Amino acid sequence: MTATDPNLTETAVTISVNGNDVAVPAGSSILDACTAAGIDTPTICYAENLTPVNACRVCVVEVENSRTLVPSCSRTAEEGMVVQTDSDRVRHSRKMVLEFLGSGVDLSQADEIAPWMETYGADPTRFGDDVETMNESVRIEDDLYVRDYDKCVLCYKCVEACGDDAQHTFAISMSGRGFGARIATEFDVTLPESACVYCGNCVAVCPTNALQFKTEFDLRKADNWREEDQSVTQTVCSYCGVGCNLELHTQDERIVKVTSPNDHSVTSGHLCIKGRFGWQYVHAGADD
Amino acid sequence: MPDLHLTEDRASVAESAAIDQTLADLGVTPAIVVETERVVRGGVHRKNERRHALLPCLHALQTESGWISRGGTNYIAEKLNIPPAEIYGVASFYEMFRVDEAPGHDDDVVHVCVDSPCLQYAEAKIAELTAAGKHVHRSPCLGQCDRATADHGPALFIQGRGAENSVPSDDATGLWDLPQKHEFGITLLKNVGRIDPTSLDAYVGAGGYKALAKAFGMGADQVIEEVTTAGLMGRGGAAFPTGIKWRGVAAESGTKHIVVNADESEPGTFKDRTIMENDPFALIEAMTIAGFATGAQKGWIYIRGEYPLATLRLQNAIDEARAAGFVGDGIARSSFNFDIEIRRGAGAYICGEETALFNSLEGFRGEPRQKPPFPTTNGLFDQPTAINNPETLLNVLPIVLDGGEAYKALGTEGSSGYKLFCLSGDVATPGTYEVTFGPTLREVLELAGGVQGTLRAVLLGGAAGSFVGPDALDMPLTMEATRAAGASLGSGVVMAFNDTTDFSAVCIRIAEFFRNESCGQCVPCRVGAVRQHEVLVRTAGAQLNGEVTLLNDIDQAMKDASICGLGHTASTAVLSAIELGLI
Amino acid sequence: MTGLDNGARMYAVDPRRTSSAKFADLWLGLELGSDVALANTVANHIITKDLVNHEFIAHSTEGYEAFKESVSTYTLERGAALTGLPAEVIAEMAEAYATAEKAQILWTLGITEHHNAVDNVLALCNLALLTGHIGRWGSGLVPLRGQNNVQGGGDMGALPNKFPGFQNVTDDAHRAKFEAVYGVELPAEDGIHLTLMFEAMERGDITAAYVIGENPADSEADIQHARKMLSGLDLLVVQDIFMTRTAELADVVLPASVGWAECEGTVTSSERRVQRVRAAVPPPGEAWHDQDIIGELARRMGYDWGHPTSEDLWEELRSLSPLHGGMTYERLEAEGGLQWPCPDVDHPGSPFLHGWLWEDDLGGRGPAPFSTVEHAGPKEELTEQFPIRLTTGRSLDSYNTGVQSGGYDSPIRYGDALDINPADAARLELDDGERVLVSSPRGSVEMPIRFQPDIPVGLTFTTFHFPELVDINKLTNDAWDKRSGTAEFKAASIRIEKLPAETREQAAVVEPIAGA
Repeated sequence: MTATDPNLTETAVTISVNGNDVAVPAGSSILDACTAAGIDTPTICYAENLTPVNACRVCVVEVENSRTLVPSCSRTAEEGMVVQTDSDRVRHSRKMVLEFLGSGVDLSQADEIAPWMETYGADPTRFGDDVETMNESVRIEDDLYVRDYDKCVLCYKCVEACGDDAQHTFAISMSGRGFGARIATEFDVTLPESACVYCGNCVAVCPTNALQFKTEFDLRKADNWREEDQSVTQTVCSYCGVGCNLELHTQDERIVKVTSPNDHSVTSGHLCIKGRFGWQYVHAGADD
Repeated sequence: MPDLHLTEDRASVAESAAIDQTLADLGVTPAIVVETERVVRGGVHRKNERRHALLPCLHALQTESGWISRGGTNYIAEKLNIPPAEIYGVASFYEMFRVDEAPGHDDDVVHVCVDSPCLQYAEAKIAELTAAGKHVHRSPCLGQCDRATADHGPALFIQGRGAENSVPSDDATGLWDLPQKHEFGITLLKNVGRIDPTSLDAYVGAGGYKALAKAFGMGADQVIEEVTTAGLMGRGGAAFPTGIKWRGVAAESGTKHIVVNADESEPGTFKDRTIMENDPFALIEAMTIAGFATGAQKGWIYIRGEYPLATLRLQNAIDEARAAGFVGDGIARSSFNFDIEIRRGAGAYICGEETALFNSLEGFRGEPRQKPPFPTTNGLFDQPTAINNPETLLNVLPIVLDGGEAYKALGTEGSSGYKLFCLSGDVATPGTYEVTFGPTLREVLELAGGVQGTLRAVLLGGAAGSFVGPDALDMPLTMEATRAAGASLGSGVVMAFNDTTDFSAVCIRIAEFFRNESCGQCVPCRVGAVRQHEVLVRTAGAQLNGEVTLLNDIDQAMKDASICGLGHTASTAVLSAIELGLI
Repeated sequence: MTGLDNGARMYAVDPRRTSSAKFADLWLGLELGSDVALANTVANHIITKDLVNHEFIAHSTEGYEAFKESVSTYTLERGAALTGLPAEVIAEMAEAYATAEKAQILWTLGITEHHNAVDNVLALCNLALLTGHIGRWGSGLVPLRGQNNVQGGGDMGALPNKFPGFQNVTDDAHRAKFEAVYGVELPAEDGIHLTLMFEAMERGDITAAYVIGENPADSEADIQHARKMLSGLDLLVVQDIFMTRTAELADVVLPASVGWAECEGTVTSSERRVQRVRAAVPPPGEAWHDQDIIGELARRMGYDWGHPTSEDLWEELRSLSPLHGGMTYERLEAEGGLQWPCPDVDHPGSPFLHGWLWEDDLGGRGPAPFSTVEHAGPKEELTEQFPIRLTTGRSLDSYNTGVQSGGYDSPIRYGDALDINPADAARLELDDGERVLVSSPRGSVEMPIRFQPDIPVGLTFTTFHFPELVDINKLTNDAWDKRSGTAEFKAASIRIEKLPAETREQAAVVEPIAGA
């Protein structure tokens, strides 16, 4: 949105990141400052279009005079803060978080996480073979979504996207406690029985492919999901008058997935069922 | 606010009546009001204002039906306008609520404590109860560690169906026999076992409400000044200066809260139960002073769900005090308004963490919040809040009566005033004991009649604390001395173990405790606690060897990267046991 | 929703308690078609309570005294009687609106698909003028558009009386500008809109039609009449991506391509934001881009336009429409779209309109006029024969006549049911899901009913997404507003009758649900 809200004013704060001063607008997070300083920070539960929940703790940094490490995604940068992003303590915690996740969750399709495993030398196998895992089976309850909680890292993103960060449908919640916590509808009823309105915003924010569009799932199952052969075209949804931007992921001249740019002011990456799935008529009558 | 989508399930008449009664008792009207066929009132604000009624509604439903039924959930959803998925998420968080209609859900559930020192008696009791056809639940510490003897067996708590919850060993009549003799000139526990805890007259007769009168006389600012001068530090474990906390809240404007953290769940801790069951008016008076000092209008007592007698006594005290003009508007004919409500927890250790407690009280899952911001500015309902534990607040009474200077002179340089210790395990007379800061570990153990058998280790501060060996017997039990020794007083747990103890079992159970009690929100704690437990189980009775590195790695990440104190301390006891050669 | 979470209050005025209404602080389920009565009562109450913005009225408006007089008869009591809402609730909303620091009125087709649509809109405009809730950040009048480019269609001159950029066909200077660039002489008179076109067909004045991307054979009110008119044309050319029911009537069908996924160009959203659409996949088979089809038609008519790109066409538009002058493709790309007016390349675009009302000299314009409008209920009154109201609308997962949204299987699609209050159903001795005969003065359809407690007694609702299953527009009223050209889709009178037992049983087997 064009900054015409007269209440918006911008002042800057300066913090030190790895010895270099970085100026960012007041209210920015340490993560924003790290990004401004050109430092790549691993994140899993963070998304620019959601409220930070600081649950995964992979983005932790060392802040002078803080007893523990702090999550960079949700801690506001304060004037004069001194931050280290690559100390032994930071590297240790990031590595452990990745090992913890890798030891209990199927990260085989977590493309964003894989490079961090390498960077931090994470070895999820070192807890042994006989460890508790998510141990969930794939759920297919309709033609649009697939839920595979064996891949779920409990990052809360889907809950936020379904709830008051976007859709306000509240069909899912974190349930249970501790390692037994799971994303669930009420009493774990199927999605079609739940309040779900199939906006797909949960799928869009999932960092590990625990939530997938059925189109992608089917192509993967047929061993025909080829991201390297896909292109992404930004356009505008054909339905109502909101003007949501769509990113059409195409493979072999077919739309295989629809996302929306997080940084676009109209809907910040969120769509409704029509924008997310209503494209199928484009290929109506084609040989399938 | 939301457009609720409910399953077909409907509440039974009894369920809806129980929920309606709960809402009526709380003075909470429905979030959605159908005024006419064409006018319906609702909205975000009405919903948010009412969400704190969720936990009481869930208690009512659980008691009525023995589980959080689907129909009952839908009924609560409609009344409070909370999506059923969120209600399910909240209900499934707590030990005392069951969300499945399993066989036996309509029986009373007997909770049997499996934490030390009950641990050694637990399996036999569970076998006995199971054989008798009882529905048994393996429970973390029930806060009755003083009762864990060979005669009594493990602590028990009975979750009734269609009946109030109860503790078989509680005696709701007569005066409790405090093990510590009053001739020692004890202060915090002075009324315990001496006056009728159900009688305001008795409390006033014993000097009650003199401190409040004096506080009104000196003014809010001076009360905080005295508390600050006294050097009072929180007795819940974190030892934060109470004066600074109160000063922070006093500086804020708008609606403010006093919250009493009575979710006493640290294994080995039962001192607050001692206070609340036996001197409830003192807690009410002390929190009223806190409200006056900080300018808060509303007081909340969040008490753990497994303390039925303490809940009863506190509710009675609030009712009596309200009738006498000590709670409510215009307290003691002043212009000061302060109301107090009780909220029962539902079985979750994490809710003793202050921000988790706020979430729980507000009707959300008891997951801790990231700090900053701190409760003094963004506490309960995101409003300024002073949260203290009962023991801390009780200290405010002598501070106000005798002055901060006098209080400061008590105890040691770094630890002023009075302290309650929870003595349990292999001591002659387990119980709550009061000292003026200064006595050594040996002297404190002697208060409880000394160690039974040959002392091998003492767990200081509870499951989140650490073991010390016999070489620490001459360490004064002060904040500074324990800190210097790398230990902590925590919540005042002093649990003695003699040389017949199976420490491997004790440590596995501590690890299991954290595994079960981790809320699951952050990765280091959710997974770290599981991996730690797995290592201990895997190596039980054998040498840890190379696994120590792994345990240290896990510990470091949990300490550094967990959100809250639970994760930060989840491996402290285990690592101290390794260091002492206990396992 | 973010606004509500941040403390905004919402009053939902709708005959039905819709999903949106459930998020509201207060739902006001007014009597169908009593919008003007409610707005005038609100206005009168604001005036009576002296909550008007005197300064704004004096500086920026005209006709206040006459307006004040005209609404003076709309007392709370009369308003309550006309709308079916309690007086104190109307007063509460009026006071909340008048005293809010910022307030918006948002509406969509529930206001405009009435025979007195323009009156409905003017009545709402009056409220904004009365309180000054217009032309400022966070305040305003917000008509929500129902299609992704209905705004753009109007902006681009797809109106009978406007050139692109809302320039008048009858204005000589405007016309001259377009003639110079187009190289042809342009008619100096306004054309006619869709509703009038059907009337012209009836008279025989129109004998040929070229329909691009519209399905009037399913979407028009009183559909039997519309189909008859289209069938009677000498020539019907339909350019569409599907063989719609309209295309089935056509003499010539020109297969087109999907605008937003197979073509380059722009669309304009509800907030006047012009954004780029891009081709992600090629058109299938013999389908062509719309601009190529039109270009080829022109060539065969003797005008060779060559093969301009969509950007070429856009550049021409920019040169002709001052509203769009500053919107280069480059900027549209870089800035996530731009909101008109955006007259030059340095202009940031306009998030809201009518800021001139607050300028000292009113930006050189005249003051904004109050309008005098009177309550007039739905054209079709309830009768003994047709005692129940029918209103139509959309459901979340479907769209218009279902040509596009029918292409995917939605788990939340419930089909073509007629929503009815359980009390009405009980009175008519109908079960949930039972198939019934629904009739209006214009025709009858068979469809199942669905119990819906969120709809007041006496009102029924259905969507228009499944014309193959239920020709709901057989029932709707084509009485229309002479000023807007829009028919009264939102208010018809119907009766509901039980079907003979054997028909009901047979129907139960084929009851269409998800994926219809």
